[in-house]
This record gives sequence, C-alpha cells and structure tokens, in this order.
Amino acid sequence: MLNGSTFIRRELMIRIVRAFDDGTLENELDQIPIKLRPKNSVASRCCVYHDRAIFKYRLMALLGVSVEDETDESKSLAAYYAEKAWGGGTNDTKPKTPLSVCGPACSGCPDAKVVSTPNCRGCFARPCVYNCPKKAISIVGGQSVIDQSLCIKCGKCITACPYHAIVKTSVPCEEACPVGAIRKNEHGVAEIDFAKCIFCGKCFAACPFAAVMERSQLVDVLAAMKRGEKLVAMIAPAAEKQFPGKIEQLLTACAKAGFGDVMEVALGAEKTTEHETAEFIERMEKDPKTFMTTSCCPAWVNLVGKHLPGLVGHVSLTPSPMVYARELVKAKDPDAKTVFIGPCVAKRSEARRKDVDYVLSFEELGAILAGRKIDVIACEPWPIPRPANPTARNYARSCGVTDAVLTEATSKIPGFKLDAKQINGIDRKTSAMVKLYAAGKMPVNFLEVMACPGGCQNGPCSLA
Amino acid sequence: MDKIKVEICCGTACYLLGAANLMSIEDEIPAEFRDKVEVEARTCLELCEKENLGGAPYVRFNGEEVMAQATNEKVLARIEELVGGAA
Repeated sequence: MLNGSTFIRRELMIRIVRAFDDGTLENELDQIPIKLRPKNSVASRCCVYHDRAIFKYRLMALLGVSVEDETDESKSLAAYYAEKAWGGGTNDTKPKTPLSVCGPACSGCPDAKVVSTPNCRGCFARPCVYNCPKKAISIVGGQSVIDQSLCIKCGKCITACPYHAIVKTSVPCEEACPVGAIRKNEHGVAEIDFAKCIFCGKCFAACPFAAVMERSQLVDVLAAMKRGEKLVAMIAPAAEKQFPGKIEQLLTACAKAGFGDVMEVALGAEKTTEHETAEFIERMEKDPKTFMTTSCCPAWVNLVGKHLPGLVGHVSLTPSPMVYARELVKAKDPDAKTVFIGPCVAKRSEARRKDVDYVLSFEELGAILAGRKIDVIACEPWPIPRPANPTARNYARSCGVTDAVLTEATSKIPGFKLDAKQINGIDRKTSAMVKLYAAGKMPVNFLEVMACPGGCQNGPCSLA
Repeated sequence: MDKIKVEICCGTACYLLGAANLMSIEDEIPAEFRDKVEVEARTCLELCEKENLGGAPYVRFNGEEVMAQATNEKVLARIEELVGGAA
C-alpha cells in the first residue's frame, strides 16, 4: 500500500535510474537530498536537515552500502559510489543481510503499554476495574489509572470500555516481528538480531518511520546491464496484478528495459510441484505417520532453521521455484546472470545461498521501467513458448502449493488423499502454533506455510 | 457541450507513485455527472519529467490543466467544479 515511506523510496529509486542512464549519477547523488528538501520547504521530520540526512542513508541503502557499517559520517555518496566496483571487479555485490536499520531514522517508539486516555468518563459501572485480572486499574480523581507494574497488557480493559478510553500503544516493528528479533538497544534505537531474524520483511513494511531499509542491488543490476552482461529476468508468479497488464506484457517490458532474456519463475514451480509430490509420496510410503512441510517460502525455511529444530527433518528437500528457474536458465545459457524479481525480502537471503546473482523487488523493477519510460500496458505480449501451468502460476497465493501438489498426486494415484493444513501468514500466534507442531503435535501430514498473509502476492515489497 | 476530459497518467512512474489508486475514479463519479465526463487512462504523459517527479501521480483536465499529487478526492472535486462551471 502506498504511503509516505513507500512514495519516497520509489521516488529515490526512479531518480537513481534516470541519473544512472544520463551518466550523471555520481555527480547528482549528493544533490538529491537537497533537491528533495530545499530550505524553506515543508519537512516530514523535525526539519529539512534531518530529512536530508535520512535521504542520504536511504540512498546509501539503494547503492547497496550497509548503513550500519558507516564509519565516516562526512563521506559523500559520490565517494561510496566511486568505491564500489561497478565495473564488474571483485566486489561481492550480494548483501550479507538483506535488511538494515537506519538509526537516525528510528523514532525510538516508547515501549508498548496499555494506557487510559482522557476519553475516560470515570463511569459508575467501571468494567475496566472489574475485568482486570491483575487488579491494576484504579480510579483516581474521576479517571481510570493503570498501574504499569501490575499490568500484563492482556487488553481485557480495552474491549470492556464502552468509551474506547483505553488504548494499547505499540512499537510497530516489535509487534510485527514474529520471532522477537528486533528490539531497541541501549540507545533506544531499534536493532535487528540477525541470529534470530528470518528476513520475512515484516518490520520493513511495518515501520511508520521507514527506518528499516532493504539493502538494494538496483545499481548493481544497472551497472551489469551497462557492462553488456546477459541478465535473465526471472519473474515470480506473484507478478500477476502488480503492474497493469498481463504477465506476458511484463516480460516484454523487462526485455525492453535491458534484460537479455526473460522467463516466468512459474516454469520452475512446475518442477517444484513434480519433485515435491514425488518426495511426499515417498515419505508417506516409508512412514505413514510422518508429515512434510513446504520449502518454497524462504522466510519459513529460515524460521525452521533458526527457531524450530524439531521440524528440520520434515521440511521438503525439494528446491524452490526460483532455484529450478535458475537451473533452466543456466541449462540454456551457462554464462547468463540470473535476476530474481519478486515481492520478497527473504528471497535475497535464499539467492545468496543458492547462487542466484541478483534479486530485485517489484518496486525496483518498477523504478527501472519508469526511469526508462516503459509502460507495461503499452507492451506487446512476449512470445513465450508456452504459458506455465495454472497451478504453478498460482504458487503466489496461499493454498497454491497444496493445490498444485494435490493435483499432481491425484493425476498419478487416483483417489490420493492429502491431509493438509495451511499457515496463511507467519505472526507471533501462528509461530507459537507451529512450535507446538514441532513438539510432536502435528495434526496433518502436509503443512503449507507462507510467511505473508494471502501468500507472496502480499509480500513486503509488493506494489499492489 | 463538450464532455470534460480527464486523463489519468498510468505511466509506470505515476503508477508506482499512486496512480494505481486512481483507477477506481470512473466508478466514483456521481451518476448525474457521468455523461458529462470522459475518464481515460493514458500511457505516460511525460509530466513527471517536465514538471517534477515528486508531483506524481498526474491527472490532466481538458488537455491542458495539470493536477499534481492527484487523489480521488481532489480529482472528483475538480470534476464537480468543471461541470458546474460549464453548465
């Protein structure tokens, strides 16, 4: 959804692409924050100078520079730009951690607590007082007061109050994180514990100050194109409905934008379906009481790896659609570089492990198309040899993988039964639930997990 | 009288910067104005370069009047004014 944070992120991306194509990026970079917030303009934060400082960090993240690793505050963006080996040198362009927190952008939101507001009428019934299990609420001077040392934030008083006088304040990033990996440090600034982080990107989408930034490969991709490397755009199934027009038109748009070849990752999903189904049948034959869980959502795979040791053996060993798509590209042209384009933050961590060269978000692809004046809707459909299977194109939706595996299995074994459950979005509640499953309480034999509610199509970097 | 022409820029820049939300405008025009207004989704009007990228999404009325940072509310209010003025 569009808001002030997404607007500025996208505006900066488009400006970068335009300046890159004009050959003026190095000179223009340090001007951009001033152009966007000239003196006497209206600031979004305390003043234009604070805004400019954050824009600088945002541009650093877009250059793929780690904001946390800054050692010299006076170093210009032009200097960072010059330092990177855009010429295709030995720089490892793959970001080690796809997310970073920009300290100066973090507002240091006060800790979550339940508080009474002046909407309180000090009523006679006092349902807050009666419903509080910890006796934390008293009425002082005609107003309810919550004793924070007793309050357990259960929220019973919030629902009980007919005047909506009691509210829970929140720290949006902490609330969004399903694994407690983002916390304020001793300076009151949010910090990600990468030993816990599963890169689901929920904090990135949740922070109203846009302090969580994605480390981008946008300029790496632009530079590789300029060097004349053959880049193959691998478009995730979630692309449907992200841009106006059809997937086939989007493929043409990518080719026009400078990709050497284009393909839909759904072709890789077909292979995932085939192998995952065979794997499932084999596991069930070996042990009818066992269960298997899906492997295509990288945030889920990260969750199991870092937090659910009991499930490790149950995650399907079948590679994800992205990995199969990469294999298809490499089989055709071993020298081609692969670029996965999708709505996902965690794919950046999977790409690193699985040798996919670059990952772009739909936003970043959109910026390239916008910068190069390509309208998807005005493009002819790309002449694909054949469209991917509908069940493969459906991978980006919750239940899509289950449906694909079930369809495949019933075509092989008539009357095949799949006892499936879907986790439609990883949050604190569902991750507590899968913890129970991991402890031996798995109610089904096939568990599909999607970190994003509704599936990849609602990923943290989706446009729609 | 001529219909009032409303062109919504659906170039990729405007689309990314908010035009995606403007697509529903046609359905939101009050019934009594519908036959007086013609809404058209256009490919890039190149206003984001001539004017200013931060002004996206752009909408153009009657081929000349440009509205920056267009929202459904702003566009509908302007349509109402224009229809009122022309009547």
